[in-house]
Amino acid sequence: MIEKIKLAHGNGGEENNQLISEVFYKAFQNEILQKSEDSAVIEDGKFAFSTDSFTVSPLFFAGGDIGKLAVCGTCNDLAMMGAKPKYLTCSVIIEEGFSGDDLRTIVDSMAQELKINGAIVVSGDTKVVPKGSVDKIFINTTGIGEIQKKGISSNSIDEDDVIIVSRDIGCHGATIFAQREGIELTSNLQSDCLSLYPIIQKLLDKKIAITALRDATRGGISAVLNEWAKQSNISIEVEEEAIPISDEVMGLCEILGFEAMALANEGTFLLAVKKDDANRALNLLKELNENASIIGKVSKKSLKKVILNSPWGTQRYLDMPSGELLPRIC
Amino acid sequence: MCLSIPSKVTKIDKEMNSATVDTMGVSREASLDLMEEGSVKIGDYVLIHIGFIMNKIDEVDALSSLEAFEDVLAIMDKEGLDG
Amino acid sequence: MGRELHLKELYNGFRDSKVILSYAKLIEEEGKKLTKEFNIMEVCGGHTHTIMKYGLKQLLPKNINFIHGPGCPVCIMPKERVNHAMVLAQLPDVILVTLGDMIKVPGSKGSLQDVRAEGADVRFVYSPMDCLKIAQENRDKTVIFFAIGFETTTPMTSALINQVVQKKIPNILFHINHITVPEPMKVLLDDKENKIDAFIGPAHVSVITGSKIYNEFAKEYKKPVVVSGFEPVDVMKSILMLVQQLNENRCEVEVEYTRSVSENGNLTAQNLNDNFFQIRESFRWRGIGDIAQSALKLKNQFSYLDAEVIYKNILPTQMIDDHKMCICGDVLKGKANPKDCKVFGKACTPTTPLGSCMVSSEGACSAYYKYGEI
Repeated sequence: MIEKIKLAHGNGGEENNQLISEVFYKAFQNEILQKSEDSAVIEDGKFAFSTDSFTVSPLFFAGGDIGKLAVCGTCNDLAMMGAKPKYLTCSVIIEEGFSGDDLRTIVDSMAQELKINGAIVVSGDTKVVPKGSVDKIFINTTGIGEIQKKGISSNSIDEDDVIIVSRDIGCHGATIFAQREGIELTSNLQSDCLSLYPIIQKLLDKKIAITALRDATRGGISAVLNEWAKQSNISIEVEEEAIPISDEVMGLCEILGFEAMALANEGTFLLAVKKDDANRALNLLKELNENASIIGKVSKKSLKKVILNSPWGTQRYLDMPSGELLPRIC
Repeated sequence: MCLSIPSKVTKIDKEMNSATVDTMGVSREASLDLMEEGSVKIGDYVLIHIGFIMNKIDEVDALSSLEAFEDVLAIMDKEGLDG
Repeated sequence: MGRELHLKELYNGFRDSKVILSYAKLIEEEGKKLTKEFNIMEVCGGHTHTIMKYGLKQLLPKNINFIHGPGCPVCIMPKERVNHAMVLAQLPDVILVTLGDMIKVPGSKGSLQDVRAEGADVRFVYSPMDCLKIAQENRDKTVIFFAIGFETTTPMTSALINQVVQKKIPNILFHINHITVPEPMKVLLDDKENKIDAFIGPAHVSVITGSKIYNEFAKEYKKPVVVSGFEPVDVMKSILMLVQQLNENRCEVEVEYTRSVSENGNLTAQNLNDNFFQIRESFRWRGIGDIAQSALKLKNQFSYLDAEVIYKNILPTQMIDDHKMCICGDVLKGKANPKDCKVFGKACTPTTPLGSCMVSSEGACSAYYKYGEI
């Protein structure tokens, strides 16, 4: 039983899942929640409903800011269920002394991103707390979307599906780490923070045979692949060489001893698509980012596990990421 | 037994006795305190460990190692083995 | 030969799949000439991780085995010294600073991560030099740097001590836990039951010390040593060199990692160490026991910087044994494989570790868990 909450409990990986199931799922038991999808599917498949809180530091980073993230994050969770984002709420908790200009910039970013998603904020809440009670600003957004294609679920992936990644991985996590105080690195790294509904709409319009979608946020693609393997009770076999990673993300991972597959993304998603439609899906995705790739297939080899095939014929398991993201030492 | 990575020196700061090093497009500062004065130059390949330059990578040696690998591949190909 | 070296080649060139497979083939052929099983100990935890991450075991013939060594400075840290860190961290007005995954290592009652959750100021840094900024920004607090690592990392602590001494910085102290590689290697060989036939020498320890520190292993202990780089091609080539030595009846210290390792090492770094450190008479290694002259402490004239001296009265002295199901000791000595441990992956996981081999990024158990074999 969890005695004290540690930072690792918020990592999007193993400990996070432990916290969620031991405490929250236990108390809030219901069928919809147990499905553990990116958004809850409610009202008999009509709507998707999701919430997310944003505590990113630094607030402003290459490729975005906490405002952009706050809208992308929730809208993407809706998009991952094949839902068109429609209504959002926006709650902010602001630390006393926070800059008015910074707040306006953040809120303007949110407005811009809402337009891209075609969604509006219809309700909100603002709290201001004494200095030190919160780290500058925390934002929560909750969203409702209209499901355009029913049945997209992480619980029904099977051997007819292939796994595709929409672009090169790890950019958001790498960018944030590079900018954080104490790890002073400069680079051309940019967060991949992006609203995904537009590309999802394209895929849905072309009637691509999508089984599942999930954006690879905290825990990276490692987390998504493991979640899919567990939820659908399958084995996912990934070709290591096929995973697109930029030189700069590679460079940061080398310096800090990170695995790119466990780094967070905010605009990169995985798709499980029927084999026959894989190339069509890939071509559409490549219009958005040339690095879209087919990275794996589904089998029954080792149920609930993800297998990584190396370019020289060896294999190993790819595990759920765990612990805080710490640089290696000696 | 420690994570150290090859990087290229792009700048030297004599006053701070540090260098700017690049690892595949990611740059950071590294201390020259463990290197003999004047021994590290811009363009050198070095090993970085926890914020320090630890040594210079011998370029000629690295190249000859890489070339030796090409020879190994050639032997394998000749013997008709899958390479 | 006149052509330019590109940075990417220093990575990719030593990870090339065709080259790896070629060496696997060469090792297989050379391996056929062996008359008995050949057991190679890779001393360094970083090499263990390379072997597991790249699946190199799967490429070797059945008569060549790896024995994983004790080269993990966090793994061999006895619990009582982890407790030192926790006691110091909980002192008022102390900021305990240490490297990376020291934070998860279990003491007798939790880890530094746990005391941080309870309000102690514990910070992990990428570089010891980060202590300078922390000390500057917190002049009313005492920064204690909990220094760990083998010979690769000792010079970096020396460089920090140098800054503290030169600039007369008043609020940085040190708790030194630096250790050396050759002494535990000898202890393992002195054990009559050991099965070690040869060593893969650590990559970056050797950059600092030079390959000369392994001479006695070839000369006196009659065990060949090949100093290997960290990339998979380096390791495969090193294995080939060791098998060839055996088949050609040679017993030498060879360097595979010639692009970075010389015989004498980094003299500037060695001299800096000599300024500040002396060798401890003895040091207790978790799971292995007391090893003479295997660790360092500050020289007497720097005892004013030594947290072990200054806080002597409050630092716990009781030696703490491992959890009774934990066989980290045998794993560190190469007598057992992580998978031989009854609690591996069950009661002992990276999130609920019983011993530090499971939480250290250099630990054998953590390598087996993370890069689980199929």
